[in-house]
Amino acid sequence: MNPPHTGPFRPLPDIIYADDFDCGLQGWTGLIGNYEHSLDSILPEYRDLRPPMLSNATTWDTGTGGSATGTYSMKLATRAKSRSLAVGIKRTTYPVACPLQLEMLFTFKPEASQLRLSLADVGAVGIIFDLQDAQRRVMPHLRYLNAINGELAGRWQFKQRSPTFHDIGDSGDTVSHFHLGPDGWQDLPGGDQRLCYNEIATKQNWHYLRVGFDLATMSFTALQCNDRHFDVSTLEPMTMPAMPNLWCMLNVVLFAEASADRRAFFYADSVLLSADFDAAKKDGR
Amino acid sequence: MMRRSATAVLERNVTWSGEFATEPWEAAWAGEAMFFVRRLDGLIAPDSSAVPAPLLRARVQLSPDGIRWIDEGCSLVLNADDEMAFVRVREFGGWLRLAGTVRPGETAKVIAYLSLKE
Repeated sequence: MNPPHTGPFRPLPDIIYADDFDCGLQGWTGLIGNYEHSLDSILPEYRDLRPPMLSNATTWDTGTGGSATGTYSMKLATRAKSRSLAVGIKRTTYPVACPLQLEMLFTFKPEASQLRLSLADVGAVGIIFDLQDAQRRVMPHLRYLNAINGELAGRWQFKQRSPTFHDIGDSGDTVSHFHLGPDGWQDLPGGDQRLCYNEIATKQNWHYLRVGFDLATMSFTALQCNDRHFDVSTLEPMTMPAMPNLWCMLNVVLFAEASADRRAFFYADSVLLSADFDAAKKDGR
Repeated sequence: MMRRSATAVLERNVTWSGEFATEPWEAAWAGEAMFFVRRLDGLIAPDSSAVPAPLLRARVQLSPDGIRWIDEGCSLVLNADDEMAFVRVREFGGWLRLAGTVRPGETAKVIAYLSLKE
């Protein structure tokens, strides 16, 4: 695994993974809610999160668009139903509680099933880390709210409040909480941003995203999208007591939500997770 | 070179009745595919006749754009007393889905897979 040779990436010194989807899904998979004995025990909101696929971004009018740096990207496609969610997750663990940086190229579009702009048909796209240290499970949530109730929004949001946990099954070993829902999102101060959507539903422009999070302090350190660097100093991640089986967890979740009864597509290319394993030595922590 | 492969769960614990179609799936990277449909509800006991009774029939469909669909020609039949059925397909272009019909008056609770390989 080598960092991408092209693109705007400026990774930290230690590469945890550099996912080029020309090589497959690279460990990204679908998300399912917890269950016990039967799939019927899954919380209803978790039952139909649509899984990732490899896309060459072919459109009906101009053919294959490819990815930002090759042929294939990872595509998250919702159902053609408002509030439908598509989610991809990659599950690893971390070797050092140190600064992390996730960079990727992404774009989003509604399915081009109508000959109109459809600018407000994608609701939101987002990124979540799911982390645990010796004391806490920490779930930093960020999303770009593109549109809500058919109206353009164009702003970054975060979610701090943890939803209610529910017992799953009857053993007492399994719980579940649906944290991907529309409730609880707060606007990032100064978080308005207009992205290059382009002028018809089949023209895609790739965006650069960089998210920084420090595992040592469990706090955000950066959010950059294209030319905008946002102040994350006041952002608090979702935090809850440590859970029994999640030590050193380092999961990354990407998701898309439809805002109309039309499929919303979120494409990610070259997902690059880097870290600075020696940061504590450098700053004398 | 080891061949890349991936299995997608297209539907999980979903009850089909009447007409159904799976979500569009991009498969341009793959050279061969298999759809599997497995029932998660109880099997319907066969009646006294020896002829298997189809519970559902599904056709493989292709698309150049993920929006407009055409039958590929292959299909699967899941009989009332079978747990699982499959269909193979090759040289399918960019998109695949499964479209079909459940026998009138019946339902089928299913998990549906698409297994792709280079």
